[in-house]
Amino acid sequence: MSIFVDIEKSLGSFDLKMKFEAGNETLALLGASGCGKSMTLKCIAGIERPDKGRIVVDDVVLFDSEKHIDLSPQERHVGLMFQNYALFPNMTVLQNIRAGAKRERNKAKRDASVRQIMESFKISELAGRYPSQISGGQQQRVAMARILISAPNILLLDEPFSALDSHLRFHMEQEVRKVIHDFGKTVLMVSHDRDEVFRMSDSIAVINNGCVEAFGSKENVFSNPETKTGAMLTGCKNISRVEKLENGRVYAADWGVELNISRDMPDMKYVGIRMHYVRLGKGENAFRCSVVEEIENPFSFTVMLRPVGADKGVPIGWEMDKEAWRSIRSEELEVCFPDESLLLLK
Amino acid sequence: MDWFPLINSLRIAGISTVIIFFVGIFAAYYISRAPRAIKGVLDVILTMPLVLPPTVVGYLLLRVLGPKRVIGAWVLSVFGIKLTMTWWSAIFATVVVIFPLMYRTARSAFESFDETLAYSGKSLGLSNSYIFWRIRMPNCRQGILAGTVLAFARALGEYGATSMIAGYTPGRTATISTTVYQLWRTNDDALAFKWVLVNMAISFVVLLAVNML
Repeated sequence: MSIFVDIEKSLGSFDLKMKFEAGNETLALLGASGCGKSMTLKCIAGIERPDKGRIVVDDVVLFDSEKHIDLSPQERHVGLMFQNYALFPNMTVLQNIRAGAKRERNKAKRDASVRQIMESFKISELAGRYPSQISGGQQQRVAMARILISAPNILLLDEPFSALDSHLRFHMEQEVRKVIHDFGKTVLMVSHDRDEVFRMSDSIAVINNGCVEAFGSKENVFSNPETKTGAMLTGCKNISRVEKLENGRVYAADWGVELNISRDMPDMKYVGIRMHYVRLGKGENAFRCSVVEEIENPFSFTVMLRPVGADKGVPIGWEMDKEAWRSIRSEELEVCFPDESLLLLK
Repeated sequence: MDWFPLINSLRIAGISTVIIFFVGIFAAYYISRAPRAIKGVLDVILTMPLVLPPTVVGYLLLRVLGPKRVIGAWVLSVFGIKLTMTWWSAIFATVVVIFPLMYRTARSAFESFDETLAYSGKSLGLSNSYIFWRIRMPNCRQGILAGTVLAFARALGEYGATSMIAGYTPGRTATISTTVYQLWRTNDDALAFKWVLVNMAISFVVLLAVNML
């Protein structure tokens, strides 16, 4: 159970150059909208044709420009779930599921598996309803059931939760996680939501302008996103350009401070620190900062800090529990940016 | 009252509508997927009959179907059939005139179809013909039905091109519209008025049907 993708496609404003592999796991393509991640799924499903390259799923070549292989979407056995689920509006839930089961020729078997899957997705009682008459969460269940009954070798989920409102989203995430677990084969998921990606996936490929910028296990990608885009997509809000100085020191130009960095990265262009990783008190890379603004979130405070003396610097965000901030609240305080918490970015 | 013109009008309009239903949908489907440049040119050509005077359409049809013209002469010599001045000659005229109505309404229906439905159908393993007849057509139903009814209504009212290619022979090629003109010309005002009422009643029902779709 695996997928190998190495494709190129010109998309007018930029070129898609995707190369990645995944085994028996959930790989998330994390990228901003319009970066080419949905197009990649369409290429795998056979709806769009890459200009050149190769796509292999479970040792079956779906596309190979050199060998002139280009299987039709029907022959690919790829389960693609669209953002809007693409349920057929003119068919009832039952008819939608049956449409997904058309590959099975034996009618008795087909009916049995339709019944079974509708029960396991708890949509049996919706059988006679039309997609427009059921809720977003139910629509997603029907879509998942319809895809799974078509017996795909790989599952592609395009922004699976974007059509749901937030409380339903959390609930459906759990259901889909279970479906993915039971499916047990390669799952490719596209999203721009870092929290969702972290909860759902094993590995992450950070996509920017049609290319894979960072790739690895989700823990590695989050702790070392490698690029500025990677850092932004994984939720790092404090990013500054750097100029290298001597003795492992760098000048963070946007913040207007000098930092000590023990690690070396030859082509480092930016430095970042997550809002949670700023620390109170003296120590390495410590600065006296004035509080520019405090922003109250439902369960935390984001405090915008500007190092004293860096009058034109971009404020640095620091996020902490409400209680924690209330106990130290002041107009000026000393904070530090621990060396090991700094993200070195290209 | 001789009801032949009504029957003749209905059969001409009915047959033309059936023909144009398939031809119009076929053209609409392929042209809606064609590259922009081809689409632009074909669209202009296929919409022309909508804006040309029916007499111009009639003239052009006679140029090709007349007994001494290319196609007309060939059919006459091979099959011994004259393409003009029979009741079904009018079908040539109505088909050309109503084609743009069907084509344009069907095309806009196809263009507003959510293509992801077809994509997901394909990756579920459904055949292209299943997708066309069971997914695309039902979801474009309203536009296609509206086009069909409009085409039928327009076919019933066709006068100019019909009178040129089928003429007016009572009991053979007479339609409602050519009958009304003939009766008015011969000062049979009372009968002309009856046919006018018949025509208006049919149009009313047809347009009512369009609104209820």
